[in-house]
Amino acid sequence: MIRARGRRLPAARAYGVAAAFLVAATLVSALVGAADLNPVATMTALLDKIPFVHLPSSLDQLDRAVLFDIRLPRIILAALVGGLLSVAGAGYQGVFRNPLVDSGMLGASAGAGLGATLAIVYLGSNGTAAVPVAAFAGSLAGVAIAYLSGAVGGSGTTTLLLAGVAVALFLTAVQTYLMQRSTQDLQQIYYWLLGSLSGATWQQAAEILPYAAVSVAIVLLHGRHLDVLSVGDEEAHALGLHPGRIRLVVVAACALAAASAVAVSGLIGFVGIVVPHVVRRLAGPSYRLVLPLSLLTGAGFLVLADTLARTVVSPAELPIGVVTALVGSPVFVWILRSTAAVRT
Amino acid sequence: MKPLAPKLAALTAALTAAALTMAALTMAALTMAALTAALAGCGSATTTSASTSGPATSAPAAAAGSSFPVTLTAANGTVTIKAKPVRIVSLAPTATEDLYAVGAGPQVVAVDQNSDYPTTAKRTSLSGLTPNLEAIAKYAPDLVISYQDANGLVSGLGRLGIPVLIEPAAATLADAYAQIDQIGQATGHYAQAQQTVTSMKTQIAAEVRQAGSSHPGLTYYWELTANPYYSVTSSTFIGQILALFGLKSIADAADKASDGGYPQLSPEYIVKAQPQIIFLADNQAADGGQTPAIVSRRPGWSAIPAVKDGEVIGLNDDIASRWGPRLPQLVEQIAQAVERASG
Repeated sequence: MIRARGRRLPAARAYGVAAAFLVAATLVSALVGAADLNPVATMTALLDKIPFVHLPSSLDQLDRAVLFDIRLPRIILAALVGGLLSVAGAGYQGVFRNPLVDSGMLGASAGAGLGATLAIVYLGSNGTAAVPVAAFAGSLAGVAIAYLSGAVGGSGTTTLLLAGVAVALFLTAVQTYLMQRSTQDLQQIYYWLLGSLSGATWQQAAEILPYAAVSVAIVLLHGRHLDVLSVGDEEAHALGLHPGRIRLVVVAACALAAASAVAVSGLIGFVGIVVPHVVRRLAGPSYRLVLPLSLLTGAGFLVLADTLARTVVSPAELPIGVVTALVGSPVFVWILRSTAAVRT
Repeated sequence: MKPLAPKLAALTAALTAAALTMAALTMAALTMAALTAALAGCGSATTTSASTSGPATSAPAAAAGSSFPVTLTAANGTVTIKAKPVRIVSLAPTATEDLYAVGAGPQVVAVDQNSDYPTTAKRTSLSGLTPNLEAIAKYAPDLVISYQDANGLVSGLGRLGIPVLIEPAAATLADAYAQIDQIGQATGHYAQAQQTVTSMKTQIAAEVRQAGSSHPGLTYYWELTANPYYSVTSSTFIGQILALFGLKSIADAADKASDGGYPQLSPEYIVKAQPQIIFLADNQAADGGQTPAIVSRRPGWSAIPAVKDGEVIGLNDDIASRWGPRLPQLVEQIAQAVERASG
């Protein structure tokens, strides 16, 4: 068990910190962008949207279109995707009792990548609309195949993970083969794989909201079960729980959460690993806290990451996967080092 | 307390992360190659200096006519063609169009998979992006034309005694004309090549005269790809054609040296720049299918003057991405849009 070093925040204060982080990230993000909107006018235009608040803003019609049709839906979608990926990552880590697992494991990312690639290669221009659906279906199918293959080999979590790794590598190989065969689609596939929230719309946010709500609710309700599971399968049995059943339900919910995120954003790595670990260091290892705090912190983290993605090389944009990996990889190494130190 | 994870599982996870990273890197490398090639297809600043110095100096009036052997200076240096070629392989869609326009069509035995015009051209599965030397040699060509020297094309075919002309993406209209001239010389059709060029110049001049060459304040957004949105600056091949009408690209302000004239633009920037005309070079199904209707539905884009005024022009993507004999058709489409937007 990772011993939280330094001070651990009490639950109420941890919630406060996470919520404040999300709000601050959202505000910063709303105020910056390639269009260089006046920050004061942008702020008043935003406050004007709050019920019963009426503030005149100097934003003209064009600036409003930029703020409310391009920038805001993107921020909201980033928050949704970040929250989903982080909750899914934390959920998987609980189910597999493994700190290095995230929603990319178990064939979810590889399945989504293959689904999107199939849509881009074989559906041509109709594929643009079909890509999110194909990615969603591919992600769920990837997890299902991995789960079924793992179940054949026995009930242990290690078997399940190994099956996930095998399925992921297989699906990635098929996808790479398809890319090789279809060089004219390489660019489109490549940008999808790197992840982007550039085309975000209110409609996308509305479309994934139901899946997001259901999956997050199920995972959050299993916080206590995951805490018990972290002690071991036999102990959980002794307490009247069915580890296999809990595992199936949580994996299914996490798969749904990750699939919804992937459908609108492409592959965004490291969020699901980094965020839960940062949360653990702040608030301790109990999943009853880690899960909801990961939701809030992950949302804020991805909003910030996307803000960097669209401002650092403005008016060009970085793929958001590049930003999260640039931040995420060093943190990942740091986690590897510190957990190794704890274990010895 | 129980350890967080069995060592095996942790090791597996770390290994997968490494394996997936490797796969991603391989794909990235692959794709960068394709991207470079794709941008080259649109006219790259780095390859063009070679072609500027190339064909321009290689068309002495004395070489006119169909005398062989002929020595030409292409982007790959001096090339000597001993006799009038009768088995030509073209690996570049523009070169294919040039060959047929100058009357060398009957001498062509194979063209690459992307050479879809003219439709009578003998299309094969050959690739100019990743040429397979054996597959090309099987046609026993006596002249090969491509737009880039990939996979050791020039040296490999050179060992077989097959001359190769590299005709890279044109940087200027003059480059495009010089390439047609050179292909005419290389195939024994110089007179017809000169006629083709003269006719192109006449048509383009007429379009510019009709629509006017000065439109201060008129700006355009030229879309190469959507999501991410890549565009062209006024200094590119396409930008220079639009500059004939006095139009400015909204991408000029965003240009960095590393973009080579093809910067990426965020949707916020495009909307805020308020272009009066939008040209879609990703209009057809094979290139992304971003039709004017789709553009008008993009969130926030209805605030752009070009969208409000219906000045979103779906181009023939092939003509818009090549530098061959059909350029006057592209110029005509641009001229019509300019006339409407300024009228």
